[in-house]
Amino acid sequence: MSNEATLHSQQEVMHGAAAHGHGHDDHEHHHEGGFISKYVFSMDHKTIAKQFLITGILWAIVGAFFSVLFRLQLGFPDTSFPWLESILGHWAKGGHISPEAYYALVTMHGTILVFFVLTAGLSGTFSNLLIPLQVGARDMASPFMNMLSYWFFFMASCVMMTSLFVQTGPASGGWTAYPPLSALGDASIGSKIGMDLWLTSMALFVVSQLLGGLNYISTILNMRTKGMSMTKMPLTIWSFFFTAVLGVLSFPVLLSGFILLLFDRHAGTSFYLSELFVAGKALSNEGGSAILYQHLFWFLGHPEVYIIILPAMGMVSEILAVNARKPIFGYLAMVGSMFAIAILAFLVWAHHMFVTGLNPFLGAFFVLLTLLIAVPSAIKVFNWITTIWKGNIRFTPGMLFSIGFVSTFISGGLTGIWLGNSSIDIHLHDTYFVIAHFHIVMGVSAFFGTFAGVYHWFPKMFGRFLNNTLSYIHFWITLIGAYLIFWPMHYEGMAGMPRRYYDYSNWESFKQFGDLNHFISIVVIIVFAAQLMFVFNFFYSIFKGRKLTTTNPWNSTTLEWTTPINPGHGNWPGEIPEVYRWPYDYSKDGKDFIPQTVPLSPDEEAAGGH
Amino acid sequence: MDTAVTAQKKWWSGGHSPFNLSYGKLMMWYFLMSDAFTFGALLISYGTIRFMSTSWPDPNEVFHSFPFVSHEAHLPLVFVSLMTFILIMSSVTMVLAVHAGHQRNRKDVVKWMIWTIIGGAAFLSCQAWEWMHLHELGAWWGRNPFANVDGTVASTNFTNFFFTITGFHGLHVTSGVILNIIILANVLKGTYEDRGHYEMVEKVGLYWHFVDLVWVFVFTCFYLL
Repeated sequence: MSNEATLHSQQEVMHGAAAHGHGHDDHEHHHEGGFISKYVFSMDHKTIAKQFLITGILWAIVGAFFSVLFRLQLGFPDTSFPWLESILGHWAKGGHISPEAYYALVTMHGTILVFFVLTAGLSGTFSNLLIPLQVGARDMASPFMNMLSYWFFFMASCVMMTSLFVQTGPASGGWTAYPPLSALGDASIGSKIGMDLWLTSMALFVVSQLLGGLNYISTILNMRTKGMSMTKMPLTIWSFFFTAVLGVLSFPVLLSGFILLLFDRHAGTSFYLSELFVAGKALSNEGGSAILYQHLFWFLGHPEVYIIILPAMGMVSEILAVNARKPIFGYLAMVGSMFAIAILAFLVWAHHMFVTGLNPFLGAFFVLLTLLIAVPSAIKVFNWITTIWKGNIRFTPGMLFSIGFVSTFISGGLTGIWLGNSSIDIHLHDTYFVIAHFHIVMGVSAFFGTFAGVYHWFPKMFGRFLNNTLSYIHFWITLIGAYLIFWPMHYEGMAGMPRRYYDYSNWESFKQFGDLNHFISIVVIIVFAAQLMFVFNFFYSIFKGRKLTTTNPWNSTTLEWTTPINPGHGNWPGEIPEVYRWPYDYSKDGKDFIPQTVPLSPDEEAAGGH
Repeated sequence: MDTAVTAQKKWWSGGHSPFNLSYGKLMMWYFLMSDAFTFGALLISYGTIRFMSTSWPDPNEVFHSFPFVSHEAHLPLVFVSLMTFILIMSSVTMVLAVHAGHQRNRKDVVKWMIWTIIGGAAFLSCQAWEWMHLHELGAWWGRNPFANVDGTVASTNFTNFFFTITGFHGLHVTSGVILNIIILANVLKGTYEDRGHYEMVEKVGLYWHFVDLVWVFVFTCFYLL
């Protein structure tokens, strides 16, 4: 049976069982076409995953490069870099980044990394790649919508990229785009056309997330192969499921917030504006509330950090079990804690707003709910540690990054307990302590999860391995570098050093950190160079990497390794395999591993399943 | 392991949809949940700003006109009640279209879809008239001619929210009408007859009912409270 035919029969099987059959009309699109339909407007989830990954990598280079630029300003405030003027023009006159450029760089760094890299680049890549492969489906529920999801992301990328080149520069009011700064074009040059492009780009991004999320959810629920009950799914799939649910329910609220912001910018409304002066002139706006925007923003903004971290958690769980040759410890506890995190994600947003004049009585509830997140997070950490405890560990690059993830998640998570307490947060709010906290727990950890996923599933994506030596160098520089960059920031923050300042050398209290800032900036440059090395490794290995000789290089139990080395559209050349057992049968009954497709032995059946 | 056919089908064990739903309907349900959050956020924003204000215009005074009746006539909420009735009736005709689809009765599907489209278009026309009328009175985004119920000057947020949220809902109704027209065209072409089922009619039906349900909340928040 050809791939093409099986693809169709699969859809008949999957949907024929439904009461009224299937009502979609994308059947006719499944041709094995030419270059355009195979690599550009592809509906194959594996190709779309690669598109998300490569776009994400390109954005990561831009976003990280921006951080290098503004770290130059922070680490070397008195030094002139003439080459900056050659690339930034009047934004860096005399080799010094201007304050406007500094704020634009910081804003774009946050936007790009949070949304374009760690949301689209992370869950876009791995949800697309792994959901159909690991649940045993030919493709996503709607391959056409899946393709649209990528192209909406692409359009969002184009608009955001355009905003970097407009005369007044990109948005520069911070990645949170708080009004009134973001609502009034006269308030700063970054609030002019750059802000409109930012909002347009983000609206397109929300559409992309919605199309993707609906697909992930319905594929996981509807398209599992025979025998793949929910509790036989790998934890990666559970994490993508909760991520998609969070995205589908929280991004629309952000969209509503943006709609109101656009009206405030262009239709003379006062949703977020009241009693304001700009450049000495009183505005007529009355009756709005800037805090309202913060509520709408953080109702997305907080789930967003779990949208970023959950996929990393899922992949790390899988990679730790595979490379420790041990079953994951506490499978149901892992699922339960992810569920708890997904619920709590919606109930804690105001902990970003303790200093907005929030009623302290209300704040107390948000403190309690915030601290409750420590419980499922700690369960997960203990389960990861007990999974590798006395394991037969193989230190593959993916495994190293997974262990690194657990390390940074612990050190960044612990400071979350500090910040979750409103009484401490009032002191630490908007200081470098917060920067250190969220970069370690969300930025670095999520990147470690992404890298772990790339190293682990690169062979599935391209049929080749990444270079090991470069991978190990990449890991050690990144891990040590990340701690050297962000650990000192805790001290700066505790001393009260505020974030977002352009130059600390003018302040008597923060002058003492001049050398430390200098040091951090140098490490940033080294770590950035290591990431470029990874990018080289990635693209080089796509074409020249060591080729796979077996379909299952990591001796893993899950379904994606039962496909051919370079699976075509439809994933399995023959029938889709049936699943009989959970995905974590490692070192069981004297066998190193038992794939999910192996039926239970009579002994196992007597013992009652896995 | 699962080879024995049991009387109780194992819905969640894979190989078929656990809800006995096609992926398309499942996606529509999740999309509607998502959209409910969009409207929820807008309406909660409206509530927040309104509670922050000391006073607010009285809807009975604002919405008391009727087309072709002189401006002096005091008919509070009569026109919006008519609009609401039209929209709810279009939901009824949509139910009948879906029902006819179940019975593979193409002629009735066509009939009831046409009535639904007429209902939707009528609602939009009513909304257009109401907007024009309010605009003539000087109301628009950023302009509010209506005084608060306690006689003080109102902020513009009464009209800001009114036009934004009813406009956003109107946009949904518009896209619903367009979807209904596309589906009607397919029904006329015989697409669903060839496919053997009218599930697409059901899917747009879900969307249409959702848009109606949202109107009930919008209506309550802007006209009744």
